[in-house]
Amino acid sequence: MIEPIVKPRRKNPLKRTRLPTSPPRARSRASHGFTRAAAEGRFMLQRCGACGTFCYPARDACPTCLSADLVFADAPRRSKLLCETTLHVPADVYFRERAPWRVGLVAMECGPRLVAHLHADCEEGGPVVMSFQLDKSGQAVAFAHPERETPNMTDDRQWREMTADPKFRRVLVTNGRSIVGQETVTALKAAGASIVFVGVAEPWKPFQGEDTLRAMEGVEIVPLDIGDEKSVADLAADIGGKVDILVNTTEHVRAGGLLDRQGTSIVRDEIDQAYLGFVHLAQAFGPAMRMRGSDGVNSAAAWVNILSVYALANWPVFGAYSASQAACLSLSHSLRAELRPGGVKVVNVFTGPLDIEWFQTVPPPKVAPRAVAAAIVSALKRGLEDVFVGDVAEDIRQRLIANPKAVERELGA
Amino acid sequence: MQSSIRTPYDRVVMAVPVTIPYVRYSIESAQWWIGRALKALVDGAGIMPRDIDGFCVSSFTAGLDSGIGLTQHFGLCVRWIDTIPLGGASAIAALRRAARAVQAGDARIVACVAGDTNHVDSFRATLESFSRFNQDAVYPYGAGGANASFALIARNYMRTFGARREDFGKIAVTQRSNALRNPNALMKSPLTIEQYMSARPIADPIHLFDCVMPCAGAEAFLVMSEDVAASLNLPAAKILATIERHNAFGDDPVQVRGGWAMDIDELYAMAGVKPDDLDFVETYDDYPVISMMQFEDLGFCQKGEGPDFVRQHDLTIDGTFPHNTSGGQLSVGQAGAGGAYLGVVEALRQVLGLAGPTQVRDARIGLASGFGMINYDRGLASGAAILAGPGA
Repeated sequence: MIEPIVKPRRKNPLKRTRLPTSPPRARSRASHGFTRAAAEGRFMLQRCGACGTFCYPARDACPTCLSADLVFADAPRRSKLLCETTLHVPADVYFRERAPWRVGLVAMECGPRLVAHLHADCEEGGPVVMSFQLDKSGQAVAFAHPERETPNMTDDRQWREMTADPKFRRVLVTNGRSIVGQETVTALKAAGASIVFVGVAEPWKPFQGEDTLRAMEGVEIVPLDIGDEKSVADLAADIGGKVDILVNTTEHVRAGGLLDRQGTSIVRDEIDQAYLGFVHLAQAFGPAMRMRGSDGVNSAAAWVNILSVYALANWPVFGAYSASQAACLSLSHSLRAELRPGGVKVVNVFTGPLDIEWFQTVPPPKVAPRAVAAAIVSALKRGLEDVFVGDVAEDIRQRLIANPKAVERELGA
Repeated sequence: MQSSIRTPYDRVVMAVPVTIPYVRYSIESAQWWIGRALKALVDGAGIMPRDIDGFCVSSFTAGLDSGIGLTQHFGLCVRWIDTIPLGGASAIAALRRAARAVQAGDARIVACVAGDTNHVDSFRATLESFSRFNQDAVYPYGAGGANASFALIARNYMRTFGARREDFGKIAVTQRSNALRNPNALMKSPLTIEQYMSARPIADPIHLFDCVMPCAGAEAFLVMSEDVAASLNLPAAKILATIERHNAFGDDPVQVRGGWAMDIDELYAMAGVKPDDLDFVETYDDYPVISMMQFEDLGFCQKGEGPDFVRQHDLTIDGTFPHNTSGGQLSVGQAGAGGAYLGVVEALRQVLGLAGPTQVRDARIGLASGFGMINYDRGLASGAAILAGPGA
């Protein structure tokens, strides 16, 4: 039975901020199959293509038949907790300062045995359900959950290390003018965020939804024009030390590729807003977040980007926009590596065309802004890193795995 | 009793038991410790380094050096070499390989050495890069070495077979009393069962006195023919039988037995003795639960009877079942791969009557075992040897 976490009190500014430490990070190359699974919230194990044996830890040959045809495949999550231990004196600094820490050995119904972190409600000898999670080092670890929901289960202290749950965290949503931004604010508040700062450029200009936003408790509208380096720096100077989750809801969508545009002004706008805006935000907020990765219940936890799925494959109808998104995607991988020492996750939410005015001429299916907001909160609660929202994003994801060249040709048709 | 079809170790002997006294931390390198052991071997045998023509070495902390680099380091010119990275099973494996090399004439005098240093942070570094499965699937869980793995094994064993902490405690406490007679043991003060029970928890049910203390040190012995030993006037021990097994019982959900259980009949058959005939036993004791498991797997009682066996016997040097007479790793210290040799070298001393203050009276035949390599969820390597003194 988990005691609910309590809302942290205002921090004593004279107290030292505990610096983040990381659990052990080294992994074999094959083991990154689990990293991929964890990033997407899937439970995958290696399965032998020749004899069907599931195996673990990651191998380069099947321990039953020696075939090299080992493929990471979705695997049944059901398992039994064989035995457990509580570590009181771990060797590693990260675990030492979090001791006591509970781990166990589980036997998968599909065969292999996994050493796993345990949710506190897992009972020895009982059934458990497995997932792979990204720990504070950004690498995959096995995590055992109780079979059924238990009271306050997301407040489990070992589980909170794996997630970026918005509960009692303070969030900056960068663009309150967009519908996606507004839906995200609503969803984060519903998920228990203690305060949501909402960036609005030129706040004296009214916008649709403004009244609702201003009426919400624990929502604070702040001036933020992410294309303006000084505006971003000013806001960071003001609230940078208390942003635990940053959701970049910047939206700058224009149709067109290269040949039907005259000059570079539209392209420049796209780059200013999407790419340089990202740079401004990262430089202003990133360092403080990285420092605060271990700062208690409301430690800095995640950075969320909303990216077009066409960051992964250019859609010439929105060709220059796709390219700006690809640039942001690349930058996000740099940010991910740079925030990693702080244990701060970078979550990329890939979406197909949104149901907003800028995609007016695009036929359905389109993604409702509310679905994007729900996906963001879900990713934070589950500790995911790569999320695909809606049918178009999922379609592109699958087709890219199958044949990227086909995707290029077909998007350009 | 089954009969063995293996070739006996005819006229092959072990001699010159060497222990370089341990220290908790050392500023010296593993090479320094191995060098001291080699020096003690040649001095003890009255030979020159050039007389060593076979070299078998184990070390976790020798850095980039395997046996071959060490030959140049120590000026050895050998015609047979082996580097054995089997952790706690290294000594048994070294003995087996060296004995066959001598028997076949591939080498005349083989130096078997294990040595490790212990710098301030070197133990953690060893843990961190222990093996691929360990790196991928154990170390990231805060395991802190073998503690977590053995905690899981011990907990399962306790639940399955009714072992209590007091039973493990008896093993640890008895070994401490043995260690108080061994001037080389790092643990110098008596341990009571009350102290054992109230020690701080490390990884439930493993508490402080269930754990070995990492330290620096070296252990060694020579393997040669009976004739060479005689020509050198060296007291020598016969190798009656050995076994070795790796990755046994992989389907057991949690480890409740080691590879010994597969080969134990063969061990006694080859030796031509029964468990009852043994005058002492040196088990590999990185945790008391593993010693208890070996009482079963080495044939002193049935599986599951280990706890009762411990309750029924006096495990001291002068007791009904002299066990880990030096104090074992639990009380002498674990000098890396030297921990594998500790029991083998002590057994050699015992059958030669050279054990001094820890000598078991009239010890003629004894058993030493090895166990090692928690690669993932269990110890993979196991081995055992039965030695006999000149009078046996």
